[in-house]
Amino acid sequence: MSVMSFTLGQRRPTPRAVQVTTGSAAPAIPATATGTLAELDCGARARVTGVSGGADPATARRLVDLGFAPGAEVEMVRRAPMADPVVFRVAGYDIALRRMQARCIQVSTTS
Amino acid sequence: MTCGPHGPGSGSGSDAGTTATLDHTHLALVGSPNSGKTTLFNALTGLRAKTGNYPGVTVSRYEGRVEVDGQQVLLEDLPGTYSLDAISPDEQIVSDVLDPGDPTTVTPEGLLVTLDATTLRRSLRMLAQVLHTSVPTCVVLTFTDELYRRQGALDVEALRRALGVPVVAVVGGRRQQLGGLRALMVRPDEWSTPVVLPPTDPTGVTGWIDSVLTSSGYRLPVTDARTQRIDAVLLHPVWGSIVFALTMFAFFQVIFAVAAPLQGYIETFFAFLGDQVDAHVSIDWLASFLSDGILGGVGGVLVFLPQIALLFVLISLMEGVGYMARAAFLMDRVMAGAGLEGRAFVALLSSLACAIPGIMATRTLPSPRDRIATMMGAPLMTCSARLPVYVLLIGLLVDRDARFGPVGAQGVVMFALYLVGALSAMASAWLFSRIGRGTGPLLPFYMEMPPYRVPSLRSVGLAVYDACRGFLRKVAKIILGTTIVLWLLLNLPHPSDAQLRADGVEPSDRAAVSTYVIDHSAGAAVGRFVEPVFEPLGFDWRINVSVLASLSAREVFVATLGQVAAAENPDQPADALEQMTVADGPRAGEPLFTAPVLAALLVFFLYALQCMSTVGVLRRESGSWKWPAIAFGYLFVVAWSMAALTRLVVGAFV
Repeated sequence: MSVMSFTLGQRRPTPRAVQVTTGSAAPAIPATATGTLAELDCGARARVTGVSGGADPATARRLVDLGFAPGAEVEMVRRAPMADPVVFRVAGYDIALRRMQARCIQVSTTS
Repeated sequence: MTCGPHGPGSGSGSDAGTTATLDHTHLALVGSPNSGKTTLFNALTGLRAKTGNYPGVTVSRYEGRVEVDGQQVLLEDLPGTYSLDAISPDEQIVSDVLDPGDPTTVTPEGLLVTLDATTLRRSLRMLAQVLHTSVPTCVVLTFTDELYRRQGALDVEALRRALGVPVVAVVGGRRQQLGGLRALMVRPDEWSTPVVLPPTDPTGVTGWIDSVLTSSGYRLPVTDARTQRIDAVLLHPVWGSIVFALTMFAFFQVIFAVAAPLQGYIETFFAFLGDQVDAHVSIDWLASFLSDGILGGVGGVLVFLPQIALLFVLISLMEGVGYMARAAFLMDRVMAGAGLEGRAFVALLSSLACAIPGIMATRTLPSPRDRIATMMGAPLMTCSARLPVYVLLIGLLVDRDARFGPVGAQGVVMFALYLVGALSAMASAWLFSRIGRGTGPLLPFYMEMPPYRVPSLRSVGLAVYDACRGFLRKVAKIILGTTIVLWLLLNLPHPSDAQLRADGVEPSDRAAVSTYVIDHSAGAAVGRFVEPVFEPLGFDWRINVSVLASLSAREVFVATLGQVAAAENPDQPADALEQMTVADGPRAGEPLFTAPVLAALLVFFLYALQCMSTVGVLRRESGSWKWPAIAFGYLFVVAWSMAALTRLVVGAFV
């Protein structure tokens, strides 16, 4: 998979994770890259590991309620002409988030 | 539990106050946006719906009556929400209504929760929260036809067993299929309740959703191929932008150009009625009151209906098809610069035709903060009523043959006015969204991109009907009242023939009489009284009277100025205005309409909220007098300051 273009180096330090952060399903052997949803390329898939709302816990809660719950699989569908917002496919539907929100969602991709 | 008082009253125009009495069942519809909630509401209640406001907030309240076997059910359509953890005033209403402990709202006896079968994995998350309110709940599954078409699977009976509450599947709000649901609606106290409530922590809820979906044989539908193919074009950076520009051009053309002849018919019809009155009523002042005051006011209300109706046809089609979310997606980055989101673009664009439909179009914005910010900016977009004023003043200000390089100077000035209006609208929206943000956390932006669907014509029709009815009920009296008050101001006291002759005016000379009447009217007294306020702008009392008269509609400025100037044809007063000189004071005898004064007038009309119809519609759409008062006040201050500045700057160059 071409998912590895999404690198560890770009990861921003995430403020406190409000909800549950990581599931217990951290795979031991396959190469796992972690980062935020904002770093996914078009067509890339990832699994949500945690959600932090930056300064606002309500944002984190809302993102979980929208389907970005830990364990959910997300696909990056397309970017708007000016790179923001971005459409993601999660829980069987398409939703557009601005990058500011996408950065609140931590994901991991396994290759 | 249904006898709590309904809010603190607060006189916020709530005309749909809940009357929870014992002779009917009170139910509420809960669901996420795009879940078919409003379609279901329309199918169940039809034209028997009432619109109002929740007390104290800018949130519309919809309720309607459903009759089942002679029993009355009161159905409340709650704002769409993705969660009961509210982050906006709309969503707070839902949380409050569902909370039996909240004393300001009446908790319904039962909840109908619409769940889109194609997005069940997400929507069950909110259902888990709803079940914890312990209000009897019935699940209404929508879009099951779409689920099966996209090769998804679901056993509705197994879902009912897994959830422990009644589950009814409906398709596209078709009325004949609602029998089962209607029968259930009468007795919410008999609905089954879950034996065990779902967990509350996110991971626990995810597990609960997994087990519910597994036991009801749910298979996630494949991605809608049709939607993907359409999106590949409509959201393409190049083709999508072209289609968007064309769509918006067509949209604007319809509310600007298609509405114009319809408005023309209405104006012609009322002018005809006015002529009839003039011909058959022999008392001059009464004929004038009936034709200009009453008929003018009624015509002034009805003339907005073509634009409002066409706007809502287009908006509800765009919403129903699913293009509104795409248009907002494409424009979001641009609008974010003004602190708004993509959907505000449609409202601001509509305001180029007229601020009335523009402000009504802010209903499409989910965030009340964005709605207010857009409403505060919308009146600055150059509406069609400013055109006659601009044409007249630019004609006086700029020589017809003057050119800036290859282009005519008159056109350049007109373009500059449109541009400054649009930029000011964006700046104002940015400022108000900034102020609004100060009172709460920044709302996260998210927007569902629903599959393309065929819109229900019934819903389109109801949206148009609702918008027109709301406008007539809430705004008509404000417009009519303003017209009548202004007529009285500009026409009273009415002189007798003897008085006219004593002042050397021949009573049969209509133009001279009308100038005499307005010169001696109460409005002229007001114009003289406020002269010191407008003196720095170079306006004398005659301009003030015309500015006052233009409160009923900006274009009235032209005719009133013509009347004041005793122009032979008050609708084409340019020649008469060029002759006007300052009547008294240090500048007496000099021309009145000098370049600095004309420029100041143009700028004043660019900014000032010279339109009581806009004030009325702001009152209706924001639910209180607070926002129209703020809008009128801040726009007056800005208009005055910018006009004074313009006069100084232009004066320095001329």
